[in-house]
Amino acid sequence: MNTEQIKHLIEAHLTDAQVIIRGDDEVHFEAIVISPDFIGKTRVQQHRLVYAALGENFGNQSIHALALSTHTPEAWQQRSGG
Amino acid sequence: MDIMKHIKQQIESNPIILYMKGTPEFPQCGFSSQTAQALLTTGAQFAYVNVLEHPDIRQNLPHYADWPTFPQLYVNGELVGGCDIVLDMYQNGELQQLIDGAAQSQA
Repeated sequence: MNTEQIKHLIEAHLTDAQVIIRGDDEVHFEAIVISPDFIGKTRVQQHRLVYAALGENFGNQSIHALALSTHTPEAWQQRSGG
Repeated sequence: MDIMKHIKQQIESNPIILYMKGTPEFPQCGFSSQTAQALLTTGAQFAYVNVLEHPDIRQNLPHYADWPTFPQLYVNGELVGGCDIVLDMYQNGELQQLIDGAAQSQA
């Protein structure tokens, strides 16, 4: 699994997703995901949406770990000091 | 007992329970280690399950919880999150509040 594949899967499943992803060894990744789909959802629900997009890639060990940070567009803008 | 029932009962009968790789004293994964450390700072007593010693739980909890990775922290029967969420909550003080509340409802 590479960062581009993960980025595409997330973008395909979430509305207008912006994905910032890093990973050097093809099994451990770090991602920031910004999407309006996260509005009104708890963090657990937000992370579940991203996990659902990645499907069986955790179970079959294509991804060992994904450090995940999810944000609504508004929260992201505030965070980056817009 | 059916494994899903067993998991459900375990989560519901422990106000604070952490499913992790290894133990708080000897964690066997960096993410589990950080999460256990954050939880220890709250000063509350918590239950834990070393999923490396319970392959059936390791295999089935992700389906039960709809959450693919470990660690997983549950408070009052609800999934709080994995390492990222717990650390975030630790840093902004929410974790202490949540744990204090859970400890109170237990007493």
